[in-house]
Amino acid sequence: MIGRRPGLAWCVVSVIGVLSLRVHGQVTSDRLAAAPSEPQNWLTYSGNYSSTRYSPLNQITPANVKNLKLQWVYQSPVAGNWQTTPLVVDGMMYITQRLNDVVALDAATGRAFWIYRYTPAQDRVVCCGANNRGLAILGDTLFMGTLDAQLIAIDRRTGRVIWKTEVATTKSGYSITHAPLVVKNKVIVGVGGGEYGIRGFIAAYDVTTGREAWRFYTIPAPGEPGSETWERCPPESKSFCDPEAWKRGGGSIWMTGSYDPRLNLTYWGTGNVGPDYNGVQRPGDNLYTASVVALDADTGKLKWHYQFTPHDVYDYDSVQVPVLVDNWAGSRVNVVAWANRNGNFYALDRETGKFLLGKPFVKVNWMSEFDEHGRPKQTPQPEGQPTYPGNQGGTNWYSPSFSQRTRLFYVSAWEDYASIYLPATSQHKEGTMFEGGGQRNNSPVPGAPGLGRSPINTWTEAAGHGAVIALDPATGREKWKYTMTDVTDSGILTTGSDLLFTGGREGYFQALDARTGSLLWKTNLGAAINSGPISYRVGNRQYVSIVSGLSLFVFALDE
Amino acid sequence: MRGMVVWTFGLTVASAQGTVPPHDNQYAGADIAYGATVYAAKCVTCHGAQGDAIGGVNLRSGTFRNAVIDRDLERFIRNGSPAGMPPFALNATDMAGILAYLRNMNAFDPATVKAGDEARGRAIVLGKGACTGCHRIDLDGSLVGPNLSDIGAARSAGSIQRSLLDPTSQMMPINRPVRVVTKDGTIINGRRLNEDTFTLQIIDDHERLHSLVKADLREFTIAKTSPMPSYKGELSDEELGDVLAYLLSLKGR
Repeated sequence: MIGRRPGLAWCVVSVIGVLSLRVHGQVTSDRLAAAPSEPQNWLTYSGNYSSTRYSPLNQITPANVKNLKLQWVYQSPVAGNWQTTPLVVDGMMYITQRLNDVVALDAATGRAFWIYRYTPAQDRVVCCGANNRGLAILGDTLFMGTLDAQLIAIDRRTGRVIWKTEVATTKSGYSITHAPLVVKNKVIVGVGGGEYGIRGFIAAYDVTTGREAWRFYTIPAPGEPGSETWERCPPESKSFCDPEAWKRGGGSIWMTGSYDPRLNLTYWGTGNVGPDYNGVQRPGDNLYTASVVALDADTGKLKWHYQFTPHDVYDYDSVQVPVLVDNWAGSRVNVVAWANRNGNFYALDRETGKFLLGKPFVKVNWMSEFDEHGRPKQTPQPEGQPTYPGNQGGTNWYSPSFSQRTRLFYVSAWEDYASIYLPATSQHKEGTMFEGGGQRNNSPVPGAPGLGRSPINTWTEAAGHGAVIALDPATGREKWKYTMTDVTDSGILTTGSDLLFTGGREGYFQALDARTGSLLWKTNLGAAINSGPISYRVGNRQYVSIVSGLSLFVFALDE
Repeated sequence: MRGMVVWTFGLTVASAQGTVPPHDNQYAGADIAYGATVYAAKCVTCHGAQGDAIGGVNLRSGTFRNAVIDRDLERFIRNGSPAGMPPFALNATDMAGILAYLRNMNAFDPATVKAGDEARGRAIVLGKGACTGCHRIDLDGSLVGPNLSDIGAARSAGSIQRSLLDPTSQMMPINRPVRVVTKDGTIINGRRLNEDTFTLQIIDDHERLHSLVKADLREFTIAKTSPMPSYKGELSDEELGDVLAYLLSLKGR
């Protein structure tokens, strides 16, 4: 297919490119919904409302990818794990950097137009570093959630604040780390803080005024549907059981959801229940933690839910980006495809939530099988024995990708990786860690290092390794696998020429053949890659960008 | 600290009475005994020999309201307490020891342990034990095996002790022996220093550093068995205690 009629294709592409640059039109709601029709841009966190992280661009091909050259680098001045995904709009790139800065860059040269600096409140509480994963855009307004749980609207031409809204109280453990999602005239965000005993929610705000339009609590209050899954404490309970566990039940939101314009449903993955590991103090399934919720985008009303890990005691956050796949298994059913932290791949009817498929993509021993409704039969391991997958999961928040062309679902996975869980009683205190015990890596040698991010891979194959796994979403079966020595926290991009780009902890940025998994190109960027690649076009050139360490690298073919 | 290190080989330490707290490891007798010396050096001034010198705090209980699992207890010790306890920046060996001791303080009887002798231990390490034939300590010894100059700050007392008797059980996976055959037939045996998907870094048995591209290798194997001999039966219990005391004194520069 690729390059068969390059002349015509490039002619059309060039005209569109020039027009969009010249017009510099506002990003309308219609443009967001039709993002795949303007492949030069990257308009949402995952590239489109279906969150496929697929770019139709095809100038870079399996044949010429080996000629990729570094075009520019932007270096962040702030140290720390940099997880941002840029937006690209008509030749402009917008990125977030620690703590809560927004930078506008020329997407072709990397030169900055402006920088907006927001200093989050000193009393902020975040578990895992000053992470921010990106922005949303509508009209000429950018939207950013902050570490201290504010939502800020910024003029994309000037970097000046238009409005700021407090989403939640930061000192109670609430934060926002994910990129918001704009649907029509609303900007939707959720709150992080699943390790601090928060009560999670997703809320929508008017894009013009910042006023809250609706709110959906991921933990129902007593009497609300789902509250029956926060069961009463048994009267004879010897261990501590919390009669008001729902008040600190977690269910955080820390990755961006998806949207189906036809159904007007927005899909969000929810985080772990609080406290993470000690199930005894919160009996029941603990809805809607470790679940996907499908909400009416206008009202926030729950249409359906599916809980991947009922009564989770493993910290199996289900915050993965929901990937919307049409015509599942050659049928007329459209699904949400989901590779979960709990090690299973799922297909769910995205209109009804019906469970269609569940199948492990890595070793799983916390459950053995599904019943017809998709409820897992749980098989807790004896005390001191390893649970697969481990605490960081078979995958985690790393963006997966789905290619319309290959019909394959691609996921960054951790294989042969397990944890030993140590549940213990936790009393909740506002704004402090609330984990209910802990866990450690399963390793053949007590005290062996785990999960280090140094240039030396000290935890080695003995504790697990990374892989990119290509799954057939119709069956959950593995089509191919690309194995790494270290683990990977990188997202995945696929393109219209059947290329797959991804990184890993080792710092390699690599291009694989999306059909076979064979390695076509790699470069050593020198530090762990903790974000997802994107692709965009300025003028006639296709670019691919990736963050490694403190630098954003942008590659293209030489002209 | 020097000279106070104790030898606890063969010591059986019963769990504290009452509910056994959840913990990360079976506490080795060597860690509990070594932890007693850390306690004597850093904690006893305020908490007292019986662990009850501060009102409302009874360390001998082995269970703590704000530190249910060891990681909580470690965090508490590192951060200190608003109630007045200062933060303690303990190295890994000292931390493993103090955790083991605090969890077992009630059952631990210092009278059952006998101190090893660092000076005698050093003589065995350099002489009869021939440890420096493979290991480096400061400026002496071979680079082929893992460097021991800071082993007393990096590994727990229990782990060092077990390492002397069953080396494979305590070999860190990064240190696994590697054998490669390059495309031209050259054989290189060594110890792994680092590895990624495409490359391998090792130190060979002639103390030379190699960075190898895996695609250029004909053979590449990683062994899970340590090349270190066991000292079980080679050294007496007393000698092993002396060696442990010496190794625990190696804190790096």
